[in-house]
Amino acid sequence: MSHSAPDPSDAHGSVYDGLLDGAVGDSSQWAFGTDFEDPLAGVDTTVPEGVDPHALATYCLMLADDALVLSHRLSEWCSRAPDLEEDIALANIALDLLGQARLLLARAAAADPAVVPSLPEGSPVPPEDALAFFREAQAFRNVRIAEVANGDFAHVVVRILLVSTVRLALLVRLADSRDTVLAAVAAKGVKELTYHRDYAGRWFLTLARGTEESRSRLVGALDLLWPLYAEMLAAHPVESSLAETGVGVDPTTVATEVDVVLEQVFAVSGVDRPDRGALAGVRGRTGRDGLHTEELSRMLAEMQVVARAHPEGRW
Amino acid sequence: MVTATVSAYDVACTVTDPEMPMLTLADLGVLRSVEEQDGRVELAITPTYSGCPAMATMRDDLVHRLRDAGYDDVHVRVVLQPPWSSDWITQDGRRKLAEHDISPPGAAPRHDRPISLNLLPTRRDIACPRCDQAGVELTSEFGPTACKALYRCTACLEPFEHVKEI
Repeated sequence: MSHSAPDPSDAHGSVYDGLLDGAVGDSSQWAFGTDFEDPLAGVDTTVPEGVDPHALATYCLMLADDALVLSHRLSEWCSRAPDLEEDIALANIALDLLGQARLLLARAAAADPAVVPSLPEGSPVPPEDALAFFREAQAFRNVRIAEVANGDFAHVVVRILLVSTVRLALLVRLADSRDTVLAAVAAKGVKELTYHRDYAGRWFLTLARGTEESRSRLVGALDLLWPLYAEMLAAHPVESSLAETGVGVDPTTVATEVDVVLEQVFAVSGVDRPDRGALAGVRGRTGRDGLHTEELSRMLAEMQVVARAHPEGRW
Repeated sequence: MVTATVSAYDVACTVTDPEMPMLTLADLGVLRSVEEQDGRVELAITPTYSGCPAMATMRDDLVHRLRDAGYDDVHVRVVLQPPWSSDWITQDGRRKLAEHDISPPGAAPRHDRPISLNLLPTRRDIACPRCDQAGVELTSEFGPTACKALYRCTACLEPFEHVKEI
């Protein structure tokens, strides 16, 4: 009844040998760099004139971490959604966000290599993976709404609605950034986020107008997540300074537009805007400053464990 | 080197999409340019979606196919701007999709700013690629790959995929 597993170190070779045929020097076969070595290969990553490279890198990390962390939370839904179609939808949204995160992390690393954690000599881990897998929680710059643990299906619908409404408004403006890489990533992201926001908006309406149970769960999820909403629309000094140079977008400038969209969803769904205040930071520090909930540490522990156990990408 | 440029281009044009192998990368509008100078071939490709997991396979397939054709110095770069649009799928590509029972995309939407919220199911004027009946229903806006939505024909009851308009 037992089949012995092939021994990769067998002197006669193993079934895996063929996988590497003709792939010498081809990093696409390694655990890290399973895609382009550099997702911005051939893209001009010169920092625009008059822009502080470190500030630009930090700003890119903020946008990247929002996408990366939420992407991971959405991928935790894989195989757990109410039906197959929603499972695929959530995985698709997670994949779009992961793609945005990857480009933005690579842009951060290209703008200021000092933000990339250093790894052992000879490590094949590309900069965007080093940023994703080898930073501690306090180095993450995401807003806290992206990181809190998942709840029920209503919770994920409300979270996608709130995050994608804000992110879409930001990226629409960011498509005009003086930084050509950010502009390109944003222009692409706009098309994706339009789908995400419509998806979440439709489910919000469906759950609100569904059964008593679905409505109470929806209202409960909105109530739970609402204190984290304001943080997305507050400007961190890095965001303000990048906005002044025509590279970034000040989130406070999209607040009205975002509110109008959410009001539209609330009105058609017959749901009142929650009457809860914003979750406070600690001494004024919030997610953008690296101040996070405990839940981010737990999430990162799982997300990063394999990469950290094998920093050289081979086993 | 005009002859060689055409040749490298012709080779690149035979490479197919890993997820929709009835289409070449050129049909899909993912292959943006092929330039050849002094034996060095430089190709540009663009992702359909930001997280497109097939980019590495496309890169490898292009490099390997060109190497087999005698081009040793091959470089593939990514272009992000302008972002890929389903409008770039060629007429030939659309015909091939339909022949393989995948519904081709209509015209990509043009968004005003701010982009309006759409709480109703997306309306598309499409027919079942198998039986050509217009009666179809959307089962999901998200399909097995990032670029497709799922439909079902109300006449023959078969599910089918539709390439989304972006």
